[in-house]
Amino acid sequence: MTSKRAADLEAANGYAKYMSRKGAFGRNLVTACGVFIILLTVSIGIFLIVKGTGTFTKYHHTVWEFLFSADWAPMDSASEGGGSIGAAIYIYGSLLTCGLALLFVTPFSLAAAIFMTEISPKAGSRIFQPAVEIFVGIPSVVYGWIGLTVLVPFIRDTFHAKMGGYSVLAASIVLAVMIFPTITTVAADAIRGVPSDFRKAAYGMGSTRWQVINRVVVPAASPGIFTGIILGLARAFGEALAVAMVIGKTRAFPKGLLWPTNNLTAAIAADMGNSANGGEQNLALWTMALLLFLISMLFIFLIHMISRKGSEKHA
Amino acid sequence: MRDPVMRKRIDRAKRVDSAMTGVFYSVGGFFLLLLLVLAGYIISKGLIDFYPDLLTFTKKGIGNQFFNTVYLVFLSLVISVPLGVAAGIYMAEYAKQGKLTTFLQISIESLSSLPSIVVGLFGYLVFILMTGAKWNLMAGALAVSILSLPLLTTTTKDALLSLPKGYKEGSMALGATHWRTIVKVLLPACLPRIITGVILAAGRGFGEAAALLYTAGQSTNINWSNWDITSPTCPLNPFRPGETLSLHIWVMRTEGSMNPNSAAIANFSSAVLIVMVLGFSLLARMLSKRINKKQGGLM
Repeated sequence: MTSKRAADLEAANGYAKYMSRKGAFGRNLVTACGVFIILLTVSIGIFLIVKGTGTFTKYHHTVWEFLFSADWAPMDSASEGGGSIGAAIYIYGSLLTCGLALLFVTPFSLAAAIFMTEISPKAGSRIFQPAVEIFVGIPSVVYGWIGLTVLVPFIRDTFHAKMGGYSVLAASIVLAVMIFPTITTVAADAIRGVPSDFRKAAYGMGSTRWQVINRVVVPAASPGIFTGIILGLARAFGEALAVAMVIGKTRAFPKGLLWPTNNLTAAIAADMGNSANGGEQNLALWTMALLLFLISMLFIFLIHMISRKGSEKHA
Repeated sequence: MRDPVMRKRIDRAKRVDSAMTGVFYSVGGFFLLLLLVLAGYIISKGLIDFYPDLLTFTKKGIGNQFFNTVYLVFLSLVISVPLGVAAGIYMAEYAKQGKLTTFLQISIESLSSLPSIVVGLFGYLVFILMTGAKWNLMAGALAVSILSLPLLTTTTKDALLSLPKGYKEGSMALGATHWRTIVKVLLPACLPRIITGVILAAGRGFGEAAALLYTAGQSTNINWSNWDITSPTCPLNPFRPGETLSLHIWVMRTEGSMNPNSAAIANFSSAVLIVMVLGFSLLARMLSKRINKKQGGLM
C-alpha cells in the first residue's frame, strides 16, 4: 500500500516536472517570437538606413540637394556617380496629393462619423459600419483602376485637362476615397468613447443636438479624431500603385490641379526594378524609401503625442 | 420666455440644428450611395466585359493569377499565423512591464504603419537580391507576412486580454500550469476572434500589390500537367514567379498595347477581387456576431 502511494507520488512529481518543462519551453517559444518581431522591425530599419544613406556617403550628395533640388538625373550604372538626385518634385507631389486628399475628405469623414454615432446610431451600426469596413477592404489597385478608367477620362472631358486627365486632382480624389474609411472608423470610435454624461449634461442645459455635437462631443473626441486623420494621412503617403496609375508620372512640378506630376511611391514602384543595384539611381530610390519610413515614424510619434496629451487632459 | 432676444436665439439654434441634421443625413446617404455605386459599377463592369476564356488558365484568362493569389495568401498565413499568435500570447501573458515590452509595442506599431511598397523593397533586397533568387511566390508570401504580422499579433493579444479572468483562475486553481492553461483553455476560448483576425489578414493579402511588385514578380508561367515540385512551371512550386490577381490589374494597365483583352481582364479581375473582399468581410462579420452572442449569453 505505502509503496504504491510512493510510486503514485513519484509519478505525479514526474508529471509536474514534465509539465513545467513543457511550460518553460512554451514560454521560451512565444518569447522568441516576440523578440523575432523586434529584430524584424529593427532590421527593416537598418537595411533602409544603410541603403538609403548610400546616396550621401557613396555618391556624396547633400541632404539639402535631395530634399530641395528639382534636378533629377541620376546615373544608372553599378558604380558610376556624377548625376543629380534632387527629389523635390516627388516630395512635393506626395505632399500636395496627400494634403489635398486630406482637405477633401476630412469634413466628409467627420460628418459621416458623427452621423453613424450621434444622429443615427442604429443605422450606423447595422448599415454604415459594415459598409465602411467594405470600403477599407477594397484593394488599392482596384481604386487605381477605377480612377484610371472612370475618373481620368471624366477629368479630361469635363475640364479639358492638357495631359489627358492624368492629374494631381485625380490622384487626390483617389486618395481621398481610399482614406475615407480609415478616418471615419477611428473618428467614430473616438466619438463613441465620449462618456454619455457629457451629452446628458449638455442636453440638460437646453442645448440642441447640434450644439451638443459641436461644442461638447467633437471637442472631447478631438484627440481620437486627430489620430484618425494622421492614420489616414499615413495610408495616403504610403499608397503606391493607385496613385501611380492616375498621377501621370511626369517629372515636373504641376502647374495646377489639372496637371500631372509624380510622387515618391510612384517613382519607387516604376523605377526600382530597372535600376542597377547599388547604382546612383538605385540608391536615390532607396533614399526615397527611407524618407517614407521616417515619415511613417513621425506619424506614429505624433499619434503618441496626441494620445498622451489627451489622457493628461482627462486626468 | 417673453424675452424676444432670447426667443430669437433659441429659434436660431433650432434652425441651425435641423439644418445640420439635414447635412449629416445627406453626407451619410452620399457615402452609402457612393459605395453601392462603386461596388455595383465594378462588379457589373466585370460581368459586361466577361468572355468565357477569362476563366481559363491561359494568357487570356485569370485562372493562373487567381491560383497564385490563393496559394500566396495561404503560404503567407502558414508563416504569419503561428508567429503572430505566439507573439500575441507573449504580449498578453508573459510580457512584463519593461523596456522589451515597450519596444515590442513600438515595433508592432511601426510595422503596421510601414508603407507596403517599403516592405516590398525590403523583401526585394533580402529575399531576392541577397539570396540571388528570381522573383518567387515565397518571397511574396514573406513580404505579405510582414504586413499581416501586426494585425495578427494585436488581435491575439486583445482577444486574450478580453477574456473573463475566471477562465484563467479556474484552470490554474485546478493545478494546470500557466502554459497548459494558455493552450487548453485560453486559446480555444478566443479562437473565433483569432480566426476573424486571420480572415481579415487574408483579405488584405488578396488585395496586396505594391509589396509583391518586386518580390512575387509580374509574370506567371504554369504548366498544369507538370507536378514535379522542383520544376519552375509546377503550380505548387513556391519558388517560381507568381503574379497575383491584384498585381495583374497593374500589369494589364501597362501592357494595354500588347494584350487586346487587357481592359476586360482588368475589369473582371477587379470584380473578382471585390467579390472576394465582400465575401471575406461578410464571413468575418458573421463570426464576430456569433462571438458577441455567445459572450452575451455567458455574462
